[in-house]
This record gives sequence, structure tokens and C-alpha cells, in this order.
Amino acid sequence: MNFLNITSARKAYRTPEGGFIHALDDVSLNVRNNEFLTLLGPSGCGKTTLLKCIAGFEDIDSGNISLEDQSLKGVPAHRRPFNTVFQNYALFPHLNISDNVGYGLDVARVPKKERADRVEEAMELVGLKGFGKREPNQLSGGQQQRVALARSLVLKPRVLLLDEPLSALDRKMRENMQIELKNLQNSVGITFVFVTHDQEEALAMSDRIAVVANGKVQQLATPTEIYDEPANAFVANFVGTSNIFTGKVVEQNGKNLKIETANERQVLATSDHFNLGDQVQVILRPEHMKLSPDGNEISECCIEGTVEASIFVGSEMHLHVNVGKGRTAIVHHRHNRGDEGERIEVGTDVKLYYSPNAAHLIELVED
Amino acid sequence: MSSADTILKRKRRTLVLLLAPFSIMLSVFFLIPLGIMMVYSFLEPGLYGGVEWNWYPYNYGRIIGWPLNDFEEFEPIYLKIFLNSLQIALMTVICTFLLSYPAAFWVSRMKGAKKNFALFLITLPFFANLLVRIYAWLLLLRPTGFFNTVLQSAGLIMEPLDLLFNNFAVIIGMVYILTPFMFLPIYANVEKLDYSLVRASQDLGANPLQTFRRVILPLTAPGILGGSIIVFIPALGNFIVPSFLGGSKVQMTGNLIERSFLQSRDWPFGAALALLIMASVVILVVIQLNRQAKAEARGVS
Ligand SMILES: Nc1ncnc2c1ncn2[C@@H]1O[C@H](COP(=O)(O)OP(=O)(O)OP(=O)(O)O)[C@@H](O)[C@H]1O
Ligand SMILES: [Mg+2]
Repeated sequence: MNFLNITSARKAYRTPEGGFIHALDDVSLNVRNNEFLTLLGPSGCGKTTLLKCIAGFEDIDSGNISLEDQSLKGVPAHRRPFNTVFQNYALFPHLNISDNVGYGLDVARVPKKERADRVEEAMELVGLKGFGKREPNQLSGGQQQRVALARSLVLKPRVLLLDEPLSALDRKMRENMQIELKNLQNSVGITFVFVTHDQEEALAMSDRIAVVANGKVQQLATPTEIYDEPANAFVANFVGTSNIFTGKVVEQNGKNLKIETANERQVLATSDHFNLGDQVQVILRPEHMKLSPDGNEISECCIEGTVEASIFVGSEMHLHVNVGKGRTAIVHHRHNRGDEGERIEVGTDVKLYYSPNAAHLIELVED
Repeated sequence: MSSADTILKRKRRTLVLLLAPFSIMLSVFFLIPLGIMMVYSFLEPGLYGGVEWNWYPYNYGRIIGWPLNDFEEFEPIYLKIFLNSLQIALMTVICTFLLSYPAAFWVSRMKGAKKNFALFLITLPFFANLLVRIYAWLLLLRPTGFFNTVLQSAGLIMEPLDLLFNNFAVIIGMVYILTPFMFLPIYANVEKLDYSLVRASQDLGANPLQTFRRVILPLTAPGILGGSIIVFIPALGNFIVPSFLGGSKVQMTGNLIERSFLQSRDWPFGAALALLIMASVVILVVIQLNRQAKAEARGVS
């Protein structure tokens, strides 16, 4: 049985100019029970729209959303067993914290005793025991966020929808909350659909990630698959940094391919899926490329270029290497303490090495 | 002296300077006249207007019930008129509220030029003279007026209806001139209502009625209360509307006050009536504000 299933959902908004924005353009997505699924995508790609359609605040124009094979068409938001943690928290300013948390129980007319126990339990779960009498505006952003979480969790929803709940927090707080949220999800056993545009957050927390762009799901896979085997150039660029070379397979030796790129460099890769003459894109992660200014000791696989810029980011040097015809490759070069002598100056000619296994090939799509 | 002290002193001086114009105006044009009224209300009315400087509590006596027996009598008519005025004022508050509340939501959902136009329409009546506007209602409501003519020619009624010179006509007039005063505070409140809270309420399982009662109503209560107060007070003291649309049949306390000052030249009695109205307004408002504060302290649930 499918859990939360979205098939071919479409949603268009009319713009004031009279045109249409396809916020959801044939979205299909299968959310599994008890998983932590992240919707990751750039601003304006339709993440919030998808959440609203699941929660029932918006209707999809076509397609279907179903829970355990029961269609949710026509079910109003207040009857859906989903709860939302809003980006701005949306706490009720006229109610204190425990009444905010108890709100859903009050409207469901849960008996007083049970209400009190469940509110207490939920507040304890999010670490806000003893804050019940405070007003929402007397809490910090992080605390308000926990109240919003408790207010939803207290109702034991089938699915918790979270719309960029951490984006208003500072970096340290956000990292703490990432861990807490993940642990919480494990312990309460509720399905989380989590929206973010922060790829590190998505990689760190999710069981699976759906990368969304232009109203479409670009790829739905585990974090490692998304990172190591991006389905297309968009995913490769959006999640982490990628060097992408377009070219044609000019030599094939079993799995080993030699690809001639547009900037007249030859690169090596291994793949089962491509043959001589295929147009491909070669994706190389910056950390998989090593550089050795003189030697040839790693493998025969190399690209020559000139360092254009070198940026020190603490643990690494980020080198921008001109590899011909104005194309730039980015290389993350490990920086060891006291490596002053090895500092690479701008203008140095370098050779970039990588293991052919590290190169990921995707089909070149014309557009 | 520490520098913090000097700063504090300078701040205080600035504050005094900034508040001076307002304080002076308030005391010259409000507090001092109010004091004069209070004093007058306890003085004996002069035979040909003005006052005699004698202690004379019977101005209040005439209204509430301890008259100076030989000369003036206790007339329950004053209390009746006062109660009728209260009733009219309350009805006015209720009607303006029922008109304004939904309209405020409607206008706040409009966009750009349309919204500005709607707000302009609401303030449009202010552009015409008050007397003209009230007089127009007289023409509309009288037996040969617009409504009766239309209803009669449509064959819905045989005889003209008595639309004029009763509480109904006065309330219509009051509602007509006071609706903007109810609308604007409610609108200001509704306009800043955070719609995501309505979503949150729905999301937590509240049906539309529960959402209205538990979220929308409490959050717009300040606007409703503000509007009610600034409609209730002028409605209670108004004398123009009842004298046009109420004729001689509907008297409001405002008419009595007007008459005692301008016609019978009994200033002390007029002052006593005015102060009684003021006292009742203050008491009602204080009670209401208290209840509100208590409700807020309890948490509206
Ligand atoms: N009510 C609306 N009317 C018209 N267009 C809308 C409406 N809501 C969203 N859109 C448009 O639909 C597209 C998707 O919006 P959505 O809010 O889903 O983006 P998002 O992925 O959540 O972005 P962000 O990360 O910035 O929150 C955007 O182009 C937006 O301008
Ligand atoms: Mg969004």
C-alpha cells in the first residue's frame, strides 16, 4: 500500500499580467511511512505550493494526492491528518504557550485531564517544560519554533509538513535543531516532509531528498545517491559544486571510456551505460580532483590548466583552474597546517588528476 | 552630577517641551470648561438665564429624584429619555458593527486601486454637509418620500408606512452618519490580521466557525471595541439626528441639553444632564475595558 502518494499534480497561478506560472508541473512523489523526506530546491520552485496542496490550503488543478490509497480530493485542511510547521511559526499571539500547544486538542474537545497531560508531554518532548504560562512574544526564535513543533506533534499527525522551519535561526542554532529534529522524528515515528533550500541541511537530515526545480521533481533519491549520482546537470550544480564537461565518447575499452570535451581536453571515465559516439556530460566533484604541479603519480587521467584564483576557506583551498577556452574547473585542495610552502600561486600551471571511477556520466540533453 | 543624570534631565525637559502644546490646549479647552460645567451644575439657575451663586443640588434632583418640592418636580420623563437614548446608542453600535465588520474583511481583501476606491467611498459622505445628509433622509423617509412612493407604486403597501419621527428613523440616521467611525478602526485591525494564523488554526483541525470564534474574533476585538466606543459616545449625545428625524416624538438627552442651554437658558440643568451622560459613558467604558483586560488575562479560550 502506498502511504502519501502524489501523482501528476499540476498547479498554475495566474499572474497579474495575465500569464500563468506553473508552480507544480506534473509532480509525482511517493512519500513512505515514517521517512524523513526533504523537498530541496531553489526559491520559487514550488516547494511551498506542494506543501499547501498536501495540507489542503490549495487545490491542485489536476492529478491526485492520496493517503493510503484514499484520495484526499475535496477533504478540507482541517480534516486532513497532517499538520504544518509554518516558516514564520504562526503562533497565536493572544494565547499563552500551553494554550497554543493545546489549541488543536481544544478544538477537538479533548477532555481536560487528557489535554493537560498531552500538552505537558509535548512541551517536554521539545524541551520547553515550564514555559506554559509565557506569551509567544516572550520567547526566542528557536523557542517559538519548538512551540510550533509541539503544537503540531501533540496531535500525532500522520504526516508533519515543515516549511523551512529552520531558516529564521542563526547558524549554530540551526545545526542544533537539525540534530534535534532528526532525533525527534526517529523517536515519534511520524513521517516528516521537510522543505528547505539549504542543500547541506537536506543532506544531513533526510532519508530521501526530492530535488525540485521549475515545478518538477528532478530527482528523488537518498542523499548519497543525489550527491554521487545526480540525475542531471541541475541536480549536480544545486547539490554541492560540480565541474561539468560536455563531450563525446571517442574511445571505448569495456567500461573505460575516453571523452573528448568541447574545450579540446580528453577525460577518462568508467560507465556501463554509454558507448562510442555518445554525447555525454562528465560530472566531477571538486574534492575528487587532486593536483600535483609536477608529478604524474596518481593515474594517467589528467586535465591541464592554469590557476586563476585561489580561495582559502579554512580546511581547504578552493582553486579555480582555467582548463582552456574560458572553462573553469573548481578544485578543493586539502590544506594542511604549516603547508605555507605548498601554497599555490595564481598563474601556476597545474595538472588535475582524478580516478576515472569518480567521474559520473550523464546523458547530454539538448534544450 | 553624573552624565547619566544630565541626560535624563535633558530628556525630561524635551518631553515637557513636546507635550506642552497638547497639555495647554487640553486644559484650556477641555479641563477648564469641564470644571466650569461641574461648578455650574451645582448652582441655582438665574431667573433670566445665567446662575445665582447658591448651592443647589436639585438640578440633579430633577433628573434622578430629589426635587425641590414646591418649585420643580421630579419628572421620570428625563430618565425615560435617557434610557431611550442609551437604547438608540446601543442599537446604533450594533447596526454599525454588523455593517462594518464583514465590509472590513471584504475591503481588506481587495487589491490596489480598487481598495483605495472602496476606502474613498466610505469616507465620501464626510464631503457633504451633515445637515444636508440628514435632511436627505427626511426626504427619503417621509410619507410622500422615495421609499413609500416606490413601495406603493409596486403595490406592496396600500397606505404609506410611518418611517419618520420614530426610533427607527433616528437609528437609521445615526447609523448612516456613524458607520465610518465603526468601519475605520475595525478595518485597521482586520488589515493587519495575520492570515497565516487562520491557516494555522485550520491546520490544527479547527472548522471555519471555530477558527472565527477562537482566532479571528479575539484578534479583531480591539478594533471592535475602539469602534464601539467612538460610535457610542457621539450617538448618546447627538441632538441633530433626533431633532430632524425624530421630530417631537423622539427626544434624546442631547436634545434636552441643547434646549436647556439655548432655549430655556437653564445652564445649570443642562450642565447636570451633560455630566450625567459623561459619567454613564465613562462607567460603561471602564466596565468594558475591565472585562476585556480580564478576558485577556484569562486567555480567550
Ligand atoms: N498565490 C499565488 N499567486 C500567484 N503566484 C504564486 C502564488 N503563490 C506562489 N506563486 C508563484 O508560484 C511559484 C512557486 O511558489 P512557492 O511559494 O511554492 O515557491 P517556494 O519553492 O516555496 O519558494 P521559497 O523557497 O522562496 O519559499 C513562484 O513563482 C511564486 O511566485
Ligand atoms: Mg516557500
